[in-house]
Amino acid sequence: MVGKMSFTRRMLRNRSAALGLAVLGLVMLIAFAGPRVHGGDPFELVGRPFLPPFGKFLLGTDILGRDVAMGVIYGARTSLMIGVIATVIAVCVGTFIGGIAGYFGGRADRLLTRLTEIFQTIPSFIFAIVIVAVLSPSIRNVIAAIAIVSWPPLARLVRGEFLAMRNREFVQACVSLGMTDARIILRHILPNALSPIIVTGSLMVANAILIESSLSFLGLSDPNVMSWGFMIGAGRPVLRTAWWLCAIPGVAILLTVLSINLVGEGLNDALNPRLRNA
Amino acid sequence: MSDTVLDIRNLTVGLPTDADRPLAIDDVSLVLGRREILCIVGESGSGKSMLSRAIMGLLPPRVRAVHGEILFKDRNLLAATSEQVRLVRGREISMIFQEPMTALNPLMTIGAQIDEAIRIHTPMDAHSRANRVVEILASVHLPEPQIIRRSYPHQLSGGQRQRAMIAMALSLGPSILIADEPTTALDVTTQAQILGLIKEVQAARDMSVIFITHDFGVVADMADRVAVMQLGKVVETGSAHEVLGRARHPYTQSLVAAVPRMAPRPMKTGTQAPVILAANRVHKTYVTQSSIFRRNGRVVHAVKDASFSVRKGETLGLVGESGSGKSTLARCMCRLVRADSGEAMLDRIDIQALSRKQMRPMHKRVQMVFQDPYGSLNPRLTVADLIAEGPIVHGTSRQEALKKAYSLLELVGLDARAGGRFPHEFSGGQRQRIALARALAVEPEVLIADEPVSALDVSVQAQILKLLADTRDRLGLTMLFVTHDLRVASQVCDTVAVMRNGEIVESGATESVFTSPQHPYTVALMAAVPGQAWHREALAPGGGLRHDPR
Repeated sequence: MVGKMSFTRRMLRNRSAALGLAVLGLVMLIAFAGPRVHGGDPFELVGRPFLPPFGKFLLGTDILGRDVAMGVIYGARTSLMIGVIATVIAVCVGTFIGGIAGYFGGRADRLLTRLTEIFQTIPSFIFAIVIVAVLSPSIRNVIAAIAIVSWPPLARLVRGEFLAMRNREFVQACVSLGMTDARIILRHILPNALSPIIVTGSLMVANAILIESSLSFLGLSDPNVMSWGFMIGAGRPVLRTAWWLCAIPGVAILLTVLSINLVGEGLNDALNPRLRNA
Repeated sequence: MSDTVLDIRNLTVGLPTDADRPLAIDDVSLVLGRREILCIVGESGSGKSMLSRAIMGLLPPRVRAVHGEILFKDRNLLAATSEQVRLVRGREISMIFQEPMTALNPLMTIGAQIDEAIRIHTPMDAHSRANRVVEILASVHLPEPQIIRRSYPHQLSGGQRQRAMIAMALSLGPSILIADEPTTALDVTTQAQILGLIKEVQAARDMSVIFITHDFGVVADMADRVAVMQLGKVVETGSAHEVLGRARHPYTQSLVAAVPRMAPRPMKTGTQAPVILAANRVHKTYVTQSSIFRRNGRVVHAVKDASFSVRKGETLGLVGESGSGKSTLARCMCRLVRADSGEAMLDRIDIQALSRKQMRPMHKRVQMVFQDPYGSLNPRLTVADLIAEGPIVHGTSRQEALKKAYSLLELVGLDARAGGRFPHEFSGGQRQRIALARALAVEPEVLIADEPVSALDVSVQAQILKLLADTRDRLGLTMLFVTHDLRVASQVCDTVAVMRNGEIVESGATESVFTSPQHPYTVALMAAVPGQAWHREALAPGGGLRHDPR
């Protein structure tokens, strides 16, 4: 077990992880504190359209005269919320399915692995589009679509971890003590498989944000919710005259996804014992 | 001794700042003479492997030689450029490792790997290199060298791989061979053959050998001179005769005293206690999974028709080499493995026939201690929680179970404060004590110990064996003791069963099996135990070891 202090220190000693953490912290601050400071509605028409940045409005106005800064703030909220919720669902589903398959093996394993493979053979983004298009474009359905396309890789990872752990002597000792399967899985195997799940989960958040942005760029997200992908989609027709309408939310996506990836890799380095003394 | 080939002077190797001690090797001076076998003995962490790596210039990253010199042919290897060291490595000094499977490249044939070494260091053409490879493979007594040459490492057995490794090390005719625990991963009969081979090539080629080992039995069979290392320092050097017979340093004395001897336990008299554990024609086969590409998987008969019985309070030793099925059979007896057929009788109940629900209370009666003290404890639970798990799942309250855990810690010789710590804070021997406490927590009648000491250093081994024997006697436990080490079995067990290829080939009272083995395989196993001549002489009146002059 890694002490809390040494874990934090290891995490911060890694410069890129510390940078990622800082940027991510900033995005989160904007997402949570921004609406409170700024107030108002991101869809409100506040001024003339196509005002350039650093004028009356910090980041200018868009095609219809909406405040771009407000869009970025509310977009951060949407992106983070969707990313985190979809990932939590995907991690739960993936851990459950992968855990059952890896622990019990045999028939359950074959069945669940085939199921996972079916999901993996469908290109994930197209699958997400289909789900949102068939259901209606609402926040809930977008989250569901992202979760549905994201769990299979995690299920495979967890299955592998459980499979390896199943034959470790400490699990054999649990079996020979007469423990129930539920107790062995929850108290003995899962805590030991947690580090790779956390690392993969953190990277899945970044992927979920990208999928959400792409969906809303295509106009397949909730029309009543401001998001970065929607802003890029709205600015696309005027890319040559008002390029910043696409660039600003684009940079926001880039920074957020990059910072999450850096944090994820930092977590990996800090939690992966094999790299600890390298 | 004649002239010196390798002279290590005041070698000091520093470890990174976060290591458990500042120096891996602390001011070590050693001399290796021509045609000499120098054994470096020490327990894990003594720095003996680091010494061999320093000679080869193969120190791990962040570990550096900070002081001293290694003189080979009047040149200091520590001061030489990496190119100069590369020319020495392989050609003048070569090395063989503990695990030949990882030391050989799995994607290259044995022949290609030896050929590569020759090609790098000599101008020989392809044809003569090929002849040389065959010649060298034949010289290490590999059967059909032409076929071995074209084989991949995984196609050979462990002993054959180690022979191939030795052939590779010899291919350039080095003057020094460094062998780093070359037989530790091998079975005892294979070990005896490899030791014989190393001696043979050493004599035939006028080589000097640095032989690193933790086993004093091996030392007795191999060494001309011995250096004993402890925590990076050489605490004693001398001829094998002196060190083994009249050790001066207390550490050496304790190591020598801890070496398990072939000393069969005398038969208990008048044991008519009831049979509590019995295997009745147990059979287990493993079939590797078939797939759509391969209809029938490979069938391995792990246990064939094995039967034995143990009386209450007695200890049965299941003895055999790796792959003999002894572990599988032991696991059948506590139903970690479901047998294909046969009965595993625990107090006249066939536990193989029970349902999982019926089995649950039976688990309490038979417990297991595993081999790997690092893998058998859940790293995320504190020691007290670990030990309390058993009683808790069998219905004891948590508070009660923890109380019991602390009293058990005391029983196995650990401080009660250990309860709040995590397994990684303990040494291998301490972990094995924790594992024993966990098994004892449910108050079993039968204890199955699967190679409980083979991952431990020899001095720790002796302590754990004593603890096991004491606990058994105090609590009246019946024990099934699985081991590959005949010396250990002879000390602990009342009766033994010798296994080979899944079958029990011989069984009986320890004393009678060890003094007059009937089956040829048992005879071969007994003959392969290292250090027998030394033990006999040490036990004989007037003790001491006859030095074998070369």
